[in-house]
Amino acid sequence: MNLQSFMPEIVLGATAIAIILLDLIVKRKGILAGVGVAGLLISGIFTVAMWGALQPGEASLIFNNMLAVDSFALFFKLLFAGIAILVILASVDYAGKMLPNSQGEYYALVLLSALGMMLMASTTELISIYVSLELASLSLCALVCFLKNPKSSEAALKYILLSGVVSAVMLFGMALVFGVTGKTQLGEIAGVIRSMSLSTPVASPALAVGMVLLIAGFGFKIAAVPFHMWVPDVYEGAPTPVTAFLSVASKAAGFAVILRVFSSIFGVELLSSSWGMVFAVLAALSMTLGNVIALPQTNIKRMLGYSSIAQAGYLMVGLAAIGISPAAGGSGQAGILFFLASYAVANLAAFTAIIAITNKTGSDDIIDFAGMFKRAPALSLALTFSLISLIGMPPAAGFIAKFYVFSAGVRAGLLWLVVIAVLNSVISAYYYLRVVKVMWFAEPASEERVPSSIALRFGLLIASIGVLALGIAPGVILKVTEAATSILAFLP
Amino acid sequence: MTGSSIWLIFLLPIFSFLIITFFIRPFVKPTSRIAGYVTIAAIGTALFLSLRTLGTVMAAPGHELVIPEITWLTVGDLKINVGLMVDSLTAVMLVVVTTVSLMVQIYSLGYMQHEVPDAKPGDRGYHRYYAWMSLFTASMLGVILSNSLLLIFVFWELVGVCSYLLIGFWFHRPSAANAAKKAFIVTRLGDFGFLVAILVLYVNTGTFNIPELQEMAIAGTLAGTTLTWAAIGIFSGAVGKSAQFPLHVWLPDAMEGPTPVSALIHAATMVAAGVFLVARTFPLFAGSVTAVTVVAVIGAFTAIFAATMGLVMHDIKRVVAYSTISQLGYMMLALGAAGLALQHEGRLTVEIAKAATAIGIFHLFNHAFFKALLFLGAGSVNHATGTFDMRQMGGLRKAMPWTFYTFVIGGLSLAGIWPLSGFWSKDEILAVAWDTQKLLFTLVMITVLMTAFYIFRVIFLTFGGEYRGSHGAHSNGHLHESSPVMVGPMVVLAILAIVSGFWNVTGGFNAFMGHGETQSFISGLFGIFAHPLPWIASFVAIAGIFLAYAIYGAKWISAESIGKTFKPLYTLFYRKYFLDELYENIIVRLVLLKGIFAGLEKIDTGVVDGTVNGLANSAYDSGNTMRRTQTGQLQLYGLAIGLGVVAIVLVLFLAG
Repeated sequence: MNLQSFMPEIVLGATAIAIILLDLIVKRKGILAGVGVAGLLISGIFTVAMWGALQPGEASLIFNNMLAVDSFALFFKLLFAGIAILVILASVDYAGKMLPNSQGEYYALVLLSALGMMLMASTTELISIYVSLELASLSLCALVCFLKNPKSSEAALKYILLSGVVSAVMLFGMALVFGVTGKTQLGEIAGVIRSMSLSTPVASPALAVGMVLLIAGFGFKIAAVPFHMWVPDVYEGAPTPVTAFLSVASKAAGFAVILRVFSSIFGVELLSSSWGMVFAVLAALSMTLGNVIALPQTNIKRMLGYSSIAQAGYLMVGLAAIGISPAAGGSGQAGILFFLASYAVANLAAFTAIIAITNKTGSDDIIDFAGMFKRAPALSLALTFSLISLIGMPPAAGFIAKFYVFSAGVRAGLLWLVVIAVLNSVISAYYYLRVVKVMWFAEPASEERVPSSIALRFGLLIASIGVLALGIAPGVILKVTEAATSILAFLP
Repeated sequence: MTGSSIWLIFLLPIFSFLIITFFIRPFVKPTSRIAGYVTIAAIGTALFLSLRTLGTVMAAPGHELVIPEITWLTVGDLKINVGLMVDSLTAVMLVVVTTVSLMVQIYSLGYMQHEVPDAKPGDRGYHRYYAWMSLFTASMLGVILSNSLLLIFVFWELVGVCSYLLIGFWFHRPSAANAAKKAFIVTRLGDFGFLVAILVLYVNTGTFNIPELQEMAIAGTLAGTTLTWAAIGIFSGAVGKSAQFPLHVWLPDAMEGPTPVSALIHAATMVAAGVFLVARTFPLFAGSVTAVTVVAVIGAFTAIFAATMGLVMHDIKRVVAYSTISQLGYMMLALGAAGLALQHEGRLTVEIAKAATAIGIFHLFNHAFFKALLFLGAGSVNHATGTFDMRQMGGLRKAMPWTFYTFVIGGLSLAGIWPLSGFWSKDEILAVAWDTQKLLFTLVMITVLMTAFYIFRVIFLTFGGEYRGSHGAHSNGHLHESSPVMVGPMVVLAILAIVSGFWNVTGGFNAFMGHGETQSFISGLFGIFAHPLPWIASFVAIAGIFLAYAIYGAKWISAESIGKTFKPLYTLFYRKYFLDELYENIIVRLVLLKGIFAGLEKIDTGVVDGTVNGLANSAYDSGNTMRRTQTGQLQLYGLAIGLGVVAIVLVLFLAG
């Protein structure tokens, strides 16, 4: 067994168990967060070391060809480790105040969910995709209901029921694909499908339906319209750090799976152009619906929920480009990875600032952010900057991300979609700026300063630096994403 | 003159922004003027370097400096370079921006001392103000200096962000915050076209580099519909920033900002950016008849359209604001008409195309000085009277002689009276309009009459007659001239408003812009009157002034009776053609918010039980979690997923 190739996951699992055990012993629960961060750091170091040892374009399979150790998987492992660290840093204040008696489980579940997502990014086999997806989802579901108040419980119930429905849909899709090809390993499936030499996308109806069902299953994870309806309720009801985690990590994991599955098994041009078109339409729907409904929202978490639907739409422009024009797809794939990274830092910075502020005010309503600039200048500045990134304005990371993905879209001949996307960015400026306007230009309800812990401020600083660095010097990360996606090249 | 000193022009205001933000604002007491001095020193030095650059460019072969590029990022096939583009256009714009900005910064020292309505004592916001003013100036300099469309876009957006912050500077006024947002959103509508154009150009050519794009457009490798759409997309960005019809609505509202900010926005930075962009990418426009026609028509229409609204406003700043829109229309018209004239040119080169922008840019150059002067004058008047409403003014001539005389110089220049600067550039625009399209010429001529009329209406209402206001705002009922720190910049600008036009008296400016290949019809200070056109234009302008005198100066004709006679027209102008109402109430509120958006939200959050917020409350009250999931919403969500799958499958099978 190649256990050293599995070290990031082993470390995470072990850390999660250690946290649960430690929870029984230690009195100061802050230590648990420290242990979690340490575990994630070690896991991240292992990942980086493995990246360093990897030859360009090399991909080895372990565990009976079920898991891939390649640059693509490693990129996502590092991304998830980073996201989880920032989420834990942002959780310290919140968990201390809102969940004083269950911090051990909380941090352990965050780690387990991250573990599930890491597996999602590296699996190359249908059944293990399903299993890792469930591991991630179930941990998330437990996290969503952590507040144990009606809103939180209701959100969790909605999430688990819908997630169950979607799992069934996805399993059915996998069953159809298996039925047609007789294989579960992605590479083998791809081989069979290529040898089938289909004449039309629906020449094999079972395969076509299976593909659509998989789109629905993964579309749920990334919050694509019309599989998005859980998003606003769950985002609003979940504990805010969990919402932050859900919004960036779950989406990134979904895209990781989509990229791997669709560019391998459905990589033949006939199929890829039709799923490309499906994603193009879903992208247009998600952007438009997400942005337009975000406009009238008064609760900031709900607003960011709809915004995350819209962001999924922008990301899917990249997917559509890959499907429709594999030649133009190279930059689309790297663009999606870059977009995910920049969305992660921007959204996490935004949520971290929101956590600090709402911890003080006790309200998620945008109106209660009035005059925050006077009460918490650093938090307001960070939140403003992250929202600017979400709008997609220079010099923040979001601009380069959108630009990269959209130019892949234009190159694939999807000018109409890009026009819709840019128009949507204009709409989105309106609701993001409303928050900025309230924070900077409205009178504060009180003069009291907003306190925050060192851990939270540190996390916020890192995320904000990330937003700025990815915007000003995107070259380094873009190179990494190019390397990460080089192994996804379409099979001939 | 090396590349690094040109980089410095851009970096100096950036430094002053950083110093103020990180050192002065946290550590120096808010009443201190030090932030102002730092900004003035930075921009003053930038002006000095800009003048040196202008000299170097004049001496350089081909009026162009070659400065090595820096690679910003290279990934795979994507390579983005950062570089400077310094040609005659850049040099002229550098001088305009730094001069006007410096004058405005000095003036602000005096203006911002008093002008802080309803703020807490001690909080004048000096530091905040100067930090943003520095960044604003730096962003505009970035737009001017960049050699790549992508980088221009980056600075272009920064200009937008700064204007948002500065227009909303007095954020405790809701009207200011709203105006800031309106300016930002409306200009972004235009930016959307600009960004699409950048993408289209990049995908078709693989470059953002402006000189390369210009070459391709002229050589014909970039042509046809791609070029037309790209040019129109760029123009839509310019329409937003330069407040051309139909995106002009933000500019009059932007008057909510401090007056020096208005002066900077209107004269040198934000609105000039649009005209500059069209001039910068002019070879792209020259390749498309459609694009230049659109530019000319929108420009001419905006010129007369905005002038009509300027006729009737009571707010002195708004009149000047509409005059800005109108004058920007002139510039666009000049560019468009020059582009149309190029279509008859046999062999088009990048140089010839660039030279054709001389007329429009010359007007931008002159306009910057006299418009900044008019705004600073309006601010000075406001300083004494505490209002911008001209009905509360009058008779200020005696109390404020400096303001009066400089304002009249600005007004004469705007009206285009010989030999002030406005005369020279306006007549050239008239000439090029006459050459291309007689209808456009007629529109411009009518605008000349209106311009002279409305600016002298302002002068007679403000400075003539008796004082109608109740009190002076800052001086216990005693009207007084503004402090020397405010008057000084106005005098400098007044001198510039007189002399800046002389640059082209013998065609010097045109030669500078176009390597001497184009000849101006202007030939000497007096020689110009050998043509009939300047006679006609001068006569029309003087008629406008006389009409203003007859109504508001001598009061031979009663303004009220004219207002009554032309009531429908008056109302139409005064209510700004009801466009604000159309945009805000009908399109945004009724159609978008109440109609489409609300409808979509209803559908999305569940038709069964109404809005989710109501639901959340009722569920929260009862504490019954299961009940809420049984309301049908959950089933609805599941149904949506199912229907989505079915729809995709159906489409796939029908299409496939």
